[in-house]
Amino acid sequence: MVGTIAKQIKEYKAPAIATPCMMIGEVVAEMTIPVLMGRIVDEGIYGGSMDFIVHTGIIMLAVALLGLLCGVGGAVFGAKASTGLAKNLRKAMNDNIQRFSFSNIDHFSTSSLVTRLTTDTTNIQNAFQMILRMAMRAPASIIVAMIMAFSISARLSSVYLFAVIVLGTVIFFVSRSTMKYFKAVFEKYDALNASVQENVNAIRVVKAYVREDYEIGKFRKAAMNIYLMFLQAELRMAVMGPVMQAAVYSSILTISWLGAKMIVTSELTTGSLMSLLTYCMNILMSLMMLTFVIVMITMSAASARRIAEVIEEEPELKNPENPVMVIPDGSVVFDHVDFRYNVKGEGEAVLKDVNFSVKSGESIGVIGATGSAKSTLVSLISRLYDVTGGSVMVGGRDVREYDMTALRDAVSVVLQKNVLFSGTIYDNLRWGDKDATDGECRRACDLACASEFIEKMPDGYNTMISQGGTNVSGGQKQRLCIARALLKKPKILILDDSTSAVDTATDAKIRQAFREEIPDTTKFIIAQRVSSVEDCDRIIVMNDGRIDGFDTPENLLKTNTIYREIYDSQKGIGGDGDFDEKK
Amino acid sequence: MAEERRGPMGRPPRGMRGTAPKLEHPWKILGRLMGLLFQKYGIHMVLVCICIFVSVFANVQGTLFTRSLIDDYITPLMGTEAPDFGPLAAAIGRVALFYGIGVAAALAQSMLMAFATQGFLRDLRTQVFEHMETLPIRYFDTHAHGDIMSVYTNDIDTLRQMISQSLPQILNSTITIVSVFVSMLILSVPLTAVSLAMVALMIFLTTKATKISGRNFVSQQSDLGRLNGFIEETMEGEKVVKVFNHEPQTTEEFNRLNEELCRSAYRANAFSNVVGPINAQLSNASYVVCAIVGGAMALNTFAGFTVGALASFLTFNKSFGMPINQLSMQLNAVVMALAGADRIFRLLDEKPEEDEGYVTLVNAKEQDGKLTETNEHTGRWAWKHYHKDTDTTDYKALEGDVVFEDVTFGYNPDKVILHDISLHARPGEKVALVGSTGAGKTTITNLINRFYDIQEGKIRYDGINIGKIRKDDLRRSLGIVLQDTHLFTGTVRDNIRYGKLDATEEEILAAARLANADGFIRRLPDGYDTMLTGDGSNLSQGQRQLLAIARAAVADPPVLILDEATSSIDTRTEKLVQDGMDRLMAGRTTFVIAHRLSTIRNSDMILVLEQGQIIERGNHEQLLAKKGRYYQLYTGMKADGAQ
Repeated sequence: MVGTIAKQIKEYKAPAIATPCMMIGEVVAEMTIPVLMGRIVDEGIYGGSMDFIVHTGIIMLAVALLGLLCGVGGAVFGAKASTGLAKNLRKAMNDNIQRFSFSNIDHFSTSSLVTRLTTDTTNIQNAFQMILRMAMRAPASIIVAMIMAFSISARLSSVYLFAVIVLGTVIFFVSRSTMKYFKAVFEKYDALNASVQENVNAIRVVKAYVREDYEIGKFRKAAMNIYLMFLQAELRMAVMGPVMQAAVYSSILTISWLGAKMIVTSELTTGSLMSLLTYCMNILMSLMMLTFVIVMITMSAASARRIAEVIEEEPELKNPENPVMVIPDGSVVFDHVDFRYNVKGEGEAVLKDVNFSVKSGESIGVIGATGSAKSTLVSLISRLYDVTGGSVMVGGRDVREYDMTALRDAVSVVLQKNVLFSGTIYDNLRWGDKDATDGECRRACDLACASEFIEKMPDGYNTMISQGGTNVSGGQKQRLCIARALLKKPKILILDDSTSAVDTATDAKIRQAFREEIPDTTKFIIAQRVSSVEDCDRIIVMNDGRIDGFDTPENLLKTNTIYREIYDSQKGIGGDGDFDEKK
Repeated sequence: MAEERRGPMGRPPRGMRGTAPKLEHPWKILGRLMGLLFQKYGIHMVLVCICIFVSVFANVQGTLFTRSLIDDYITPLMGTEAPDFGPLAAAIGRVALFYGIGVAAALAQSMLMAFATQGFLRDLRTQVFEHMETLPIRYFDTHAHGDIMSVYTNDIDTLRQMISQSLPQILNSTITIVSVFVSMLILSVPLTAVSLAMVALMIFLTTKATKISGRNFVSQQSDLGRLNGFIEETMEGEKVVKVFNHEPQTTEEFNRLNEELCRSAYRANAFSNVVGPINAQLSNASYVVCAIVGGAMALNTFAGFTVGALASFLTFNKSFGMPINQLSMQLNAVVMALAGADRIFRLLDEKPEEDEGYVTLVNAKEQDGKLTETNEHTGRWAWKHYHKDTDTTDYKALEGDVVFEDVTFGYNPDKVILHDISLHARPGEKVALVGSTGAGKTTITNLINRFYDIQEGKIRYDGINIGKIRKDDLRRSLGIVLQDTHLFTGTVRDNIRYGKLDATEEEILAAARLANADGFIRRLPDGYDTMLTGDGSNLSQGQRQLLAIARAAVADPPVLILDEATSSIDTRTEKLVQDGMDRLMAGRTTFVIAHRLSTIRNSDMILVLEQGQIIERGNHEQLLAKKGRYYQLYTGMKADGAQ
């Protein structure tokens, strides 16, 4: 994990190494200064030499300047290295995600990929900067201060050693138990926020059932729970500061007492005593800093792991060695196809022994209940997933022999969960063909029955689509997605429930346009509505991962029970057709 | 939705110095916030102040001791034959006592603060939630849910940091600065002036650097926002990216935004990192200058300035810069927290839903042919209507008769959505609303339960103007099944019981059976005790709808508002949902936003809405005979008029 992350430092190795060096330089300067201060007091002030004060003062200023340079250097290089690492991490993740197959994406889920690219990366950036600047500095500071202190008086300095050990142990145990409580608190806190979110979203339900008081009661209880747990955590935290103070104070007092005795017997100078007292603060502050760094690192470990997972994920699908670049025609054959989403062959089979063959230019309807694997069936054609058994052939060859880009250019899929991107309508359409002329775009929209509403928009084809396509209705979005897919001029066109929000009449018009304008393109149309598929050449009826029937609509009506059931429920007497456009 | 929530603590970006938003009345907000805090935790806060005083005082005593240690104890002892350490021991003992008190005070302070902060936050959180529950639907419709959520996830949390850390720190720093300053003045006025000059330089440079880094942080934030927006969009559409072989273009844009962010993030971080070392070395320089000036003074015994005094002064000088830095940092945190407090207060200041209704719904029983009020659960209900002018109370049976009289309504008064709607739904009748998207079908259903109040006309429920009915009672008498099903975290049983909190097990089972939900519920791993989370995300859309129907069924209201939505359900579940809905509608006055022919055909009255007006009304046969808009919709001849 650390290796994967560290590998991404790449061109930022120089600043990454320079930062801790600079920090050590700063520490040395910082530690030299108390010595110089002590000498100013001893030899300058008590020795009564103004020359010495000025002389040492100038040295001290020089050291301060050195410290400044190192400090600024550390600051700048640290920023360089950490922001650079963040950039490279994001790039490495994105590069790999672009190589992901559908099953890789399913494995991670969209929202978790977003978190990894954003929040997690920022966490690592901060932690890395912290490590570079502080993780070296704090121990270095402790060690240098210790050496300095011991060189002044080994006997007195042993007091520090004692204080450090005691304090370190206390801090370690307190922060460990506090962390545990905080973690529990955050979980509860998340749950509380989730329930608020639930309330905000479902406010109509709450109000309709007059459940305001009931919800308030629930919330009060949850808030009280959080209060109690937070209190536990904070009370533990509250001990930290005073313990630290107590350690500093008792060290100061012990050193003062012992030091005074040594001064009187001329074993120690007053200046040295003052330097020692300064080191005392330094050491204990660094110790606090070190704890903080350790906590930071532990907290960011989870982020590092999540990022490493994305970078290390092996894309499931690979291009063949000598890929075939040309797809001859739009014929499709499924030969004893088995499929499971879990690659290792575990889990339930989604498709079981599927066999069928479709000629180029046919239009095929696919119908069946939710979960009968309709979408899975068609996603194998453009090799969004690989079969676990048997083979899928397009244009007479196994899809695994083609170059994936060429295959997906030839097989155009309108996904069920489709997305438009921010940009103009033209921009979105040109996803299908980046060189498409305005005329070609308009023509595709004509076919998809999209031009009628586009032309009514004030900016027509230059209308900006907002992120997620929220400014067009569901039916409009589906038609734009179809137009976008048509621009690819595919050999095979797959519509996965892509007209569900389009009214029946428009739906019929789109299919008519397909029949007349792109007769040579093989069409697969998945739908819930019988009316969307009943004019197809043939219909595949899916049931629980198997083909239950594959025939012309007329024959199916006679022979296939499932198809007839669906047909009757939607078309038959007393049945429930759709009345108006669905949203 | 889940990803909208920030981390548990909603960690606000660190080092946002200089980017604190501008507030209109920071003092007013601070005052109100402190008012709230002191109202309940005043004693805590006073004690905290005392504790801080004590611990700062103890600290200063300790520093002063350094002077007396050298001047009064060590120097006199030097060169004595048999030094007497007694006085020194006593002095150290005394200081130890001070220190002890200081540590105890610090401990007490942090513990008191923990109680006060957490208690305050609990109260505030509850208060905000309680107030939110009273707000009208309009508030939720006009505010982004993400913004409302961020009050809980971010704003209240920034307050936690401000109250538990910044406030005591500020107090501590201020007291320290004042006491150190006074001590320095006592030791030497001229040296204090020198020291102050250095501090001024320090503040000047810090503000300078903060300003530059603030500017860079702003551009970092906007670059970050751009990249995050792009990431969200592409990850959401990653499958589409792959289907269209769009990976190279996506990567190219990503890399460009990534480089931009890296540049601005580097500058922002570098500048804010630099502030620390600059201040540290400036304080060293200040030390040198004070040492030289003070040394000259001490050697010439200028104004009785002693070597010991110089030593003490130098220590004070060192502890002068730190709290000033602290203060400027904490002030920034406070400004950020105040911005959050402002949002919290704005939510608290939102006007709650008003309710002047006085007609209430009571349990009723018939006595001598007349309805009277009773405390028993009779299963019969009546409107209790008090007439002020005649000082009489009458009871009217709850039947479910709904009348619209020339109702005109717009979500904002300038833009009328519904014009002059009139209709009469008698008890048990089914009214179907049809028409294209945006015609105002959903709006009508928002008015009956007074989610919104109408601007003109009247709506009567059992002959009573709904403005006179207490909102809670009005809503209790109406059932709603909405298109977007919302479920709550809890068991399946809890979710059904939501319709009637005191429902018996039998009632719940009966409701589930009526809704056709019993079958799938029994097949769930824990049956009725299966936990639902994340708005029932472990159920299918159809199953969630079945639960929503069961929830309405258990409430058993005489009037029902139903939004039929059947998309994205497979045909079989759809059939179950439809059967459930049909059974639920039986015998109730129902307003249904209808999509299915069967619903529409069975309706007693069909209203065809177009642009906020009823353009046709009648039953199925009548409307077909009319050959108007309904006929067009029914035959699907005229395509796409909806768009």
